[in-house]
Amino acid sequence: MTTPPSLLIDSLAFAYPDGHQALFGVHLRVNRGERVALLGPNGAGKTTLVLHLNGLLSGGVGTVSVAGLAVEPENYPEIRRRVGVVFQDPDDQLFMPTVRDDVAFGPANAGVTGAELDAAVSSALDAVGMLDFADRPPHHLSFGQRRRVALATVLVMRPEILVMDEPSSNLDPASRRELADIVRSLDITLLMVTHDLPYALELCPRSVILSDGVIVADGPTREILLDEQLMTRNRLELPFGFDPRNISSPT
Amino acid sequence: MPSPHTHGHDVGERLLVHRHTAIHRLPAEVKTVAMVSFILIVVFTPPEQFWAFGVYALMLAAVARAALIPAKIILPRMLVEVPFVLFAVLMPFFGTGDTVEVFGITMYTAGLLAAWNILIKGTLGVVASILLAATTPARDLLLGLERLRVPTLLVQIAAFMLRYMHVVTDEMGRMKLARDARGFTATGIRSWPVIAQSAGALFIRSYERGERVHLAMLSRGYTGRLPRLDNAVTLRSDWVKSMMLPAGALIVAVTATVVQP
Ligand SMILES: Nc1ncnc2c1ncn2[C@@H]1O[C@H](COP(=O)(O)OP(=O)(O)O)[C@@H](O)[C@H]1O
Ligand SMILES: [Mg+2]
Repeated sequence: MTTPPSLLIDSLAFAYPDGHQALFGVHLRVNRGERVALLGPNGAGKTTLVLHLNGLLSGGVGTVSVAGLAVEPENYPEIRRRVGVVFQDPDDQLFMPTVRDDVAFGPANAGVTGAELDAAVSSALDAVGMLDFADRPPHHLSFGQRRRVALATVLVMRPEILVMDEPSSNLDPASRRELADIVRSLDITLLMVTHDLPYALELCPRSVILSDGVIVADGPTREILLDEQLMTRNRLELPFGFDPRNISSPT
Repeated sequence: MPSPHTHGHDVGERLLVHRHTAIHRLPAEVKTVAMVSFILIVVFTPPEQFWAFGVYALMLAAVARAALIPAKIILPRMLVEVPFVLFAVLMPFFGTGDTVEVFGITMYTAGLLAAWNILIKGTLGVVASILLAATTPARDLLLGLERLRVPTLLVQIAAFMLRYMHVVTDEMGRMKLARDARGFTATGIRSWPVIAQSAGALFIRSYERGERVHLAMLSRGYTGRLPRLDNAVTLRSDWVKSMMLPAGALIVAVTATVVQP
């Protein structure tokens, strides 16, 4: 193994300024090309962990590094290019007047201009099937379309690792499947925060469970979902009638 | 205002009138400077030189014609001026000094001139602004302001208002629905506390949204300045073309001041 892991989290602990401790020593290693689901009940610290991956939260104990580069203030510009975070609410992510401008925002901040910028924007929009909507304002799109554009805004940066917070929430079944098809078509390291266990099984061969600020399980998604005790202990429930045994594993 | 076609890119623009004209193509900052200088020159023209204002009006008409903006679009938009008109109309009836008789009604000369002064300068200013807004997309205006070194923060606040107006009004609509669904009807003063609470909740939600948007922006490398996204360069000839309007106005104004009786 010569390439460093896409993501390496070592003994990460963090308390919010009000004293509430959200993370108690998290260890996680995600190798390049892996797709990992981050499962856990509400309040487990998932979003807090995500915000550490690109330095939006910091000041606790422990270290995070992305492809060998430490998440430290002097590296933030490069770290934020390497870590693509898709937030839960696309309206938070899409703030420019048109889809095209929004997708261009990240690379333009990184100094990309002209034809190179146009090409990058078009290819990212194409990857999520939204090229025809480039000149529309984001608020005129459907929710599913906005989420796809939000994905494009980070893909355009060619991130080392894609981090998605609850990507399937509020999507109708068709949009949910379209998004899954897109994610599968990407050749990228993925950390997907989700409550949607069938989605995790469909997209991520490996899952980890975060509970009360520590990783309590790490293994093949199917095995984790079939471990009833582990699941109940962590307030995770499969949807009614869903049996992981009947679904073929992702590769 | 039905435009024949929009290429989809003006959806959500309410003031822009989509046309392909040389005036639409001029960079926003150039047009903004031209408009502001034109208005300033108009304001400094002595009001008793009536002919000068006729020339200004003709100049604006020429711009409107070149930009293919018909009077039937401009006239309704001039309604924003009405409150000022009402104020100006009263002026000739109050005052001291010389009076004149118009259609059998006695009016004060000074008041009459003051009313004319406000009306004509206000109207010319409003029409100039309407023309700017009708020929320039709102986001280009904002980018133009930024290029003119208007403090970035102000420009960004305006830009985010443009983008999030929708989100906030939607949120407001949802809160109203939720209120109504639980049997609330706004009836007089007793419903005010409920409405005030909703407004408070709306403020907090918008504030929290602002924080989340800021985090999302930082994640994508935001450092306090919105990047310039269009590759357009502002040519010297663009400046020359647009400044023809205020230059013409300046000649009129100087002449009007010099030949003043
Ligand atoms: N800004 C904050 N200040 C204080 N406590 C917070 C803040 N944000 C989250 N928390 C707390 O930290 C814990 C983890 O929250 P979060 O990471 O959002 O959980 P998850 O995303 O897994 O639902 C929760 O107990 C939550 O109440
Ligand atoms: Mg969360």
